[in-house]
Amino acid sequence: MDNNKVITAHELTKRFGDFTAVDKITFEVTRGEIFGFLGANGAGKTTAMRMLSGLSLPTSGQATVAGFDVYKQNEQIKKNIGYMSQKFSLYEDLTVKENIRFYAGIYGKSDAFIKEKTGYILDHLHMTSEANKLVGSLPLGWKQKLAFSVAIFHEPQLVFLDEPTGGVDPVTRREFWQMIYEAAETGITVFVTTHYMDEAEYCNRVSIMVDGRIEALDTPGGLKRTFGARSMDEVFLKLARAAKRSE
Amino acid sequence: MKQFIAFVKKEFYHIIRDKRTLFILLGMPVVQIIIFGFALTNEVKNSQIVILDNAKDAASAQLITELGSSRYFDIKQNVYSYKDIEAAFRAGHIRMAVVFPPHLDEDLKHFNKAQIQLVADASDPNVATTLTTYAGAIIQDFNKRYNQGRQLPYTIQTEVRMLYNPQGKGAYSFVPGVMAMVLMLVCTMMTAITIVREKETGTMEVMLVSPMKPIRIILAKAVPYLLLSLVNITSILLLSVYVLEVPINGSLALLGFESILFTLTCLALGLLISAATDSQQTAMFISLTGMFLPTIMLSGFMFPIENMPVPMQVVSNAVPAKWYYMIVRDVMIKGAGLGAVWKQTLILTGMLVFLLAMALKKFKIRLA
Repeated sequence: MDNNKVITAHELTKRFGDFTAVDKITFEVTRGEIFGFLGANGAGKTTAMRMLSGLSLPTSGQATVAGFDVYKQNEQIKKNIGYMSQKFSLYEDLTVKENIRFYAGIYGKSDAFIKEKTGYILDHLHMTSEANKLVGSLPLGWKQKLAFSVAIFHEPQLVFLDEPTGGVDPVTRREFWQMIYEAAETGITVFVTTHYMDEAEYCNRVSIMVDGRIEALDTPGGLKRTFGARSMDEVFLKLARAAKRSE
Repeated sequence: MKQFIAFVKKEFYHIIRDKRTLFILLGMPVVQIIIFGFALTNEVKNSQIVILDNAKDAASAQLITELGSSRYFDIKQNVYSYKDIEAAFRAGHIRMAVVFPPHLDEDLKHFNKAQIQLVADASDPNVATTLTTYAGAIIQDFNKRYNQGRQLPYTIQTEVRMLYNPQGKGAYSFVPGVMAMVLMLVCTMMTAITIVREKETGTMEVMLVSPMKPIRIILAKAVPYLLLSLVNITSILLLSVYVLEVPINGSLALLGFESILFTLTCLALGLLISAATDSQQTAMFISLTGMFLPTIMLSGFMFPIENMPVPMQVVSNAVPAKWYYMIVRDVMIKGAGLGAVWKQTLILTGMLVFLLAMALKKFKIRLA
């Protein structure tokens, strides 16, 4: 098995009764890559991501995540991935420090590790003076950046970001992507879904799902050439218009 | 284990941060015990009565002393005519009047019978019934003593003995009932809400992606509420022993064990509700109408189950609180041991296992 592939999926399929949510998707994601996972609502992105993160069993096909099989080894997968959901996922009634301690705690990290890394992260986010404030009192952009830091606190091989920048202003979104680049530089692979096409441009490679299938997969530049489009927006519209199902 | 402790710690932060809820959770049992124990009691103390003594002989004098020295009655004044009695009722000073016939002593001795009239203010029928019963009992007592050593007893004796609760104290049945109610509320509703809240905010998803096992998530959720319930059980028992003067006749250890068993059953019920619902409102609604009301109505603590129509009696068997209420009443008030309540204990255990299995199954299905 190729150690450089963090995700391999081969004809991965998920059916709910008659409905095929994810239809034989095949792709690979390389270590340290920022992989954009695009698709209209209902295209099957979330289902695919749930299968890869061990939340849901595939109906058929093969997949490995961080070198582990999604059917049999989902416990090992869980130890090696991070996850940030589209809903804001920190506890508002806990302080910044308590949130970090809790998430690090459920990943079984040692006290010394938690202490050192907490100091580093707070410093990095310029939030040292907010450490003992309740998360609920922070502005949304800060919460979002904190949530990302928490999702990669345990230094996973791979982090899933499910529409991480929903409802965030453009400036914060830029800062957020800065953090994603920094994480990728340390070797963490980033698997990100988004609706913002300007964000798709930031990715190393982008896949676009339509009706449960991956219709296109290339670098943003490559996609634009293939579809004769000037922006990712156009590429996406051309593909998504062909979709038969919607939410 | 480290994960587990981190999780339990987080749950405690949630509880402590939400001061209002915490205050309600810990204060509620105290308030309920006091309300049920004092305000909602059907026991009547120190009722004002008047006496119209037409006899003025040894027998009536003796009876008046006995009525007056009981803690149920305060003799407000002696009156001299029915008119005075009416006036006293009208003025609202008194709840009952006792009228002795002329020649009470002689009637008893010569005709072997006498009539004493009890006039009660039946605008509150419950109080009136209770008062006449008390007074009747005191008169019967007197009768019995008066009869001793006589060849020819002159009255038919009705013996009323109130087993286990000689004073008819209301608190005896309220304490076990309040315990069942509070535990139901704290455990079932709070666990259901706290898990559903995490579903709503999306943190549950993050938790499920983490290496934390679902069964551990569930256990970690339950631990703080189990502890909270133990605090509540303790405060209820302390209040009932030292304030309401309801004794704990049975073994404290057995009572504690049964309470924990019931608490776990309630927790499992809460988990089941939380696994089946997606919003805090639904969870709260189901807990309140589906669990809380039956606990009050069908556990036997407010309304006797024996008096219900048969279908209702059958339904009441599915209410865990009914069995717990029976156990606490037997152990605490009657001083029964495990030998007397093993059947109820077994039923509760069965319910616990069933509910827990259902909850775990539901929780797992959601993951697939």
